[in-house]
Amino acid sequence: MGRYVLRRLLATVPVLLLVSLLTFALLWLVPGDPASMFLDTSATQEALERVRREMGLDKPFLVRMGDWYWRVLQGDLGTSLLLNRGVTEAILERLPVTLSLTAIAFVFAVLIGVAAGVLAAVRHGRAADQGVMTLALLGLSIPEFWFGLVLIWLLAVTVQWFPAGDYVAFAQSPVLWAWHLALPAFTLACVQMGFIARMTRSSMLEVLGQDYVRTARAKGLPEPYVVLRHGLTNAMVPIVTVMGIMVGALLGGAVVTEQVFSLPGLGRLIIGAVLSRDFPVIQGGLLFLAVIYLVVNLVVDLLYAALDPRVRLE
Amino acid sequence: MDAVMNAPAAPARRDTVARRLLRNRSFVIGAVLIGLIALAALLAGVIAPYDPLKGNFRARMVAPSATYWFGTDHFGRDILSRILHGARISLQIGIAVALVTGLLGVVIGAASGYFRRLDGPIMRLMDAFMAFPGIILAIAISSVLGASVTNVIIALSIAATPHTARIVRASVIVVREMEYVEAARAIGASHARILLRHILANSMAPLVVRMTYVFAVAILNEAVLSYIGVGPPPPTPTFGAIIANGRDFIVAAPWITVAPGLTVLVSVLGLNLLGDGLRDVLDPRMRVNAR
Repeated sequence: MGRYVLRRLLATVPVLLLVSLLTFALLWLVPGDPASMFLDTSATQEALERVRREMGLDKPFLVRMGDWYWRVLQGDLGTSLLLNRGVTEAILERLPVTLSLTAIAFVFAVLIGVAAGVLAAVRHGRAADQGVMTLALLGLSIPEFWFGLVLIWLLAVTVQWFPAGDYVAFAQSPVLWAWHLALPAFTLACVQMGFIARMTRSSMLEVLGQDYVRTARAKGLPEPYVVLRHGLTNAMVPIVTVMGIMVGALLGGAVVTEQVFSLPGLGRLIIGAVLSRDFPVIQGGLLFLAVIYLVVNLVVDLLYAALDPRVRLE
Repeated sequence: MDAVMNAPAAPARRDTVARRLLRNRSFVIGAVLIGLIALAALLAGVIAPYDPLKGNFRARMVAPSATYWFGTDHFGRDILSRILHGARISLQIGIAVALVTGLLGVVIGAASGYFRRLDGPIMRLMDAFMAFPGIILAIAISSVLGASVTNVIIALSIAATPHTARIVRASVIVVREMEYVEAARAIGASHARILLRHILANSMAPLVVRMTYVFAVAILNEAVLSYIGVGPPPPTPTFGAIIANGRDFIVAAPWITVAPGLTVLVSVLGLNLLGDGLRDVLDPRMRVNAR
């Protein structure tokens, strides 16, 4: 196991380097002079020079890249051009909102998705199966941000069961925290719920056809026990492997969902930066999300290897 | 030589694939849905009852009626006409993204799967791209490049390519070990010939399925980009832009938001059904994973 952990950790290093290089390289894509993006066309030559200096654009490329790596390694993602404060600081301040939203959505997606998938597999070919599969397909196809707007309209404005947005910190009131995040988290979870329901169903159908399930039934174990203990435990294996990817998709979706529900998270920070072309914040936000994704996937892989020894030997 | 050998078998095989597709319920429903939307989009110029950009100030925020089937927005623009023209842009972007992604995916995936020395570096680069949530990568690229239809296509294609390349690579690696590839190499066929004629020709099924899903995701993500404000510039009628316009009036005039959202839902649903059907028929091995 120790060797596997080491190998897996080492494999992450080049990807991390490439990820930060890609974030850095985003500035190359800017047509023309990146400095001119932050100023309007009437800007004086001195103003342009000043911004270039602030962004380090007056230095040679390799020096800039070296500077960037050096700063990032120290946890310094630069200074926001607009907020006039450190990017790292701004990100850390908003991180709890995004992580809360993603975590609740993850729980929704797994609980509801797995339950629906199991139901569909157990009732294979019947009305419940078809109903679940139709809902799963709808979940996969729905534009999240639009669904969020519709939920706000119906459940927050018309019947006022839920707040239309805003965030209450967990430390302040766990109940209000959950209540405020319920609608956005459900919106965000929809797509992944659909995926998980479909995966669980097919995985369950395969497992329930195995010999050991027949044996379990033959020796007279109660059906729920067979389905859950022998069926679901084994059917979950392929689902666990995609959980890391799921977290990535949820983080991406959270950016958009935060916008719809006006939650003050990382997503709103990034989109605000995108709209005002605040480059250090865009780069810092992207890098941060990518690192979270890589760490989560690393953890999932290690967990998987701990659960299934065959993986370590590959 | 193989042209002669394949000739008698080919028509019969194509026939059964077509027939199997027509017997597949998902494929047929999906094809009908997306076919209807494509037809409406193609004929937008003819069938749209009003100008999608010109508002009638005497008919602002009119509820759906016989005159305005889907109602009007706060500028008095007809929602149905805007959706029809929006569908045109959305489908164009979706098709372009699917094609560009397919092409890039084949080039990158084939290079990676066939030439072992390239495999490591290329796949690490793809891993790095995949570490960024696709939609955020697209938002960032689109905003950096500037708002236009072309830039949206570029941004969405960059976001969708790494996964596509991985899928192509996976099937190339399987096909690469087949005996007929070895045979082709033994008779002295060039790399190009082996890749195009033997390997790629036999790894197309997963790619076709993937391109259908890329098309669907491109429509969803284009709507997100336009909604956020980094899509094609206004007053271009795109689904996301129409929804964004309706956002502030969702209580007073919900039709502005509901109708374009449902159109996106139906389009994406159609493409997903089409993709499911294609997967069941062309690539039964993948069934286990996704169904």
